[in-house]
Amino acid sequence: MRAKIIRKEDIAGLLESLMEEYEVFAPVKRDGLVLFERISSASEVFLDYQNSLMPPKQLTFPQTETLFGYSSAKGEVKIEVPHREEKPQLIFGIRPCDASSFVVLDRVFDGEDYKDTYYLERREKTITVSMGCVKPRSTCFCSSVAGGPFSTEGSDLLLIDIGDKYIAQIVSDKGAQLLEKRRFRDATEDELASAATVVKAAEASVGPGVEMDGLKDKLDSSFDDPIWHQLTEKCLSCGICTFLCPTCHCFDIVDEAVDSNGERIRIWDSCQFPLFTLQASGLNPRPTVKERFRQRMMHKFSYFLDKYSRVGCVGCGRCITECPVNLDLRQVLNSVSRLEGVK
Amino acid sequence: MRIEKVVVETEDNNVKTFSLCFLNKEDEGSFTYTPGQFAEVSVLGKGEAPFGMASSPTQSGCLEFTVSKAGVVTTALHNMEAGGIVGVRGPLGNGYPVEALKGSNVVMIGGGFGFSTLRALTNFLLDDANRGSFGDVTVIYGARSPGLLLYKDELKQWQERTDLHLYLTVDVGDQEWPGRVGVVPKVTKDIAPGSENTYVVICGPPVMIKFTLPVIKELGFAPDRTLLSLEMRMKCGLGMCGRCNIGARYVCLDGPVFSLAELNQLPQEFWG
Repeated sequence: MRAKIIRKEDIAGLLESLMEEYEVFAPVKRDGLVLFERISSASEVFLDYQNSLMPPKQLTFPQTETLFGYSSAKGEVKIEVPHREEKPQLIFGIRPCDASSFVVLDRVFDGEDYKDTYYLERREKTITVSMGCVKPRSTCFCSSVAGGPFSTEGSDLLLIDIGDKYIAQIVSDKGAQLLEKRRFRDATEDELASAATVVKAAEASVGPGVEMDGLKDKLDSSFDDPIWHQLTEKCLSCGICTFLCPTCHCFDIVDEAVDSNGERIRIWDSCQFPLFTLQASGLNPRPTVKERFRQRMMHKFSYFLDKYSRVGCVGCGRCITECPVNLDLRQVLNSVSRLEGVK
Repeated sequence: MRIEKVVVETEDNNVKTFSLCFLNKEDEGSFTYTPGQFAEVSVLGKGEAPFGMASSPTQSGCLEFTVSKAGVVTTALHNMEAGGIVGVRGPLGNGYPVEALKGSNVVMIGGGFGFSTLRALTNFLLDDANRGSFGDVTVIYGARSPGLLLYKDELKQWQERTDLHLYLTVDVGDQEWPGRVGVVPKVTKDIAPGSENTYVVICGPPVMIKFTLPVIKELGFAPDRTLLSLEMRMKCGLGMCGRCNIGARYVCLDGPVFSLAELNQLPQEFWG
């Protein structure tokens, strides 16, 4: 492992120096909520958190985004693509699950046939300094979905808290370059051993989560099983699970305009809403909660595997902690896994 | 693109065909498409919506889209006249596998305004340069009533051709209607097109497809030679916005044309 040592008292200085080079986003506590915000001083950063209410997904995939503006006069149409910020951005303190969600989103937006340049440009100029989870929440299930509290996927640097200092594990070239200029010392064998102990303890504390063995086959063969009705009966279709999900990528495209002058805007959408698939003819292939909830499970745990050879979930557990009716994705999937009589 | 011409297709004024011509000649050269592909048509200030090209790439120049007035964008489009400017993003989707159809007979079964891309395919097959590459061409096309049949002038020309078997039907006829009366599945059964060395291509409302498929099966068409063009609500057309999937396949990207063999592998979620 290539790793450097950053003493906790040096974090503020590091952040101040990073702010000269990057737009720095970090967890900030406001009105009791921890959210990723752009900081202008290291003192704003709040690191005593388990995870932010919302993932920092909007930094590469904003909730609303102008694709282009247009104006029309005398039969001439002008189209203007908005100018995008040049300064690179750094996400400090992102959790490993959320960091790996960028890798999931890359699969969608960096497609074989089509590239989403809006997303990819932002992604390219983003650097992630993630903070491993010493104390995972009871709702975390990253270990079930090929992650872990100290997983490095999607991170450029991973910080491991070993008491009065952090081990900064170098994951990518971008991460290496960031530390190179700043002259931190190498981690000693003893420090690396302490880090390994912390990592091991955290990994052991992540709950059993979702039984992934054979889950995809069960999902595929239980599509028409009546259990979906029972499992989803209490869902309100509020969509909070999708809006807080770091990997949900569905969007709508709308025009905001006065007459023929305006903007075409991309805006997050949710597969949990009935209008999502309602056709102009009145036909809706997913008319009730059952079909919509099933779609969310199938998309993440079956279709995503078919298309991109990985699950579309990072196990952050936000859909569990924030669900107003306490509908737990782990229980839903495990119930399907345990179905008998289905292939 | 500039709206060159608007044709009212149906007596209820609800379906119109828009001929769109490229404002830039370079775009015309780079817009190459296959029958069955679609494009997102934009009305500034209202949004965009997907429509299959109703024109065949063998007819040079302008594109045609047949649009039923149903929602915000289609209503805005219906309110536009020749000379208006609209945006077109495409071509999108896979289109009909015209290379695979070569050397085979082709039976097309269409209903309602879902007939638009079959019209494109028919014109493609009938094109002088292409006609020799295909066997017998049969078109079965139905509408709810005679006044709702599209492309009436073209249908008359097709009826006079000897290299095309055209069967028109309506669910409910009127005194002037000389042709068949009956829904598409029943008429297909009566006509009973042969399935040997033949592809069948179906496009229409889900209810028509649903009842036509058993007839097709009975006639001996293999699932990999039964092709369907499907419709789903879509936005991006690029496989990203997440709403038009059937299982792991996106109608916008992997479709809209699927073989029945492919659909049999997927969850049966598209009939609603």
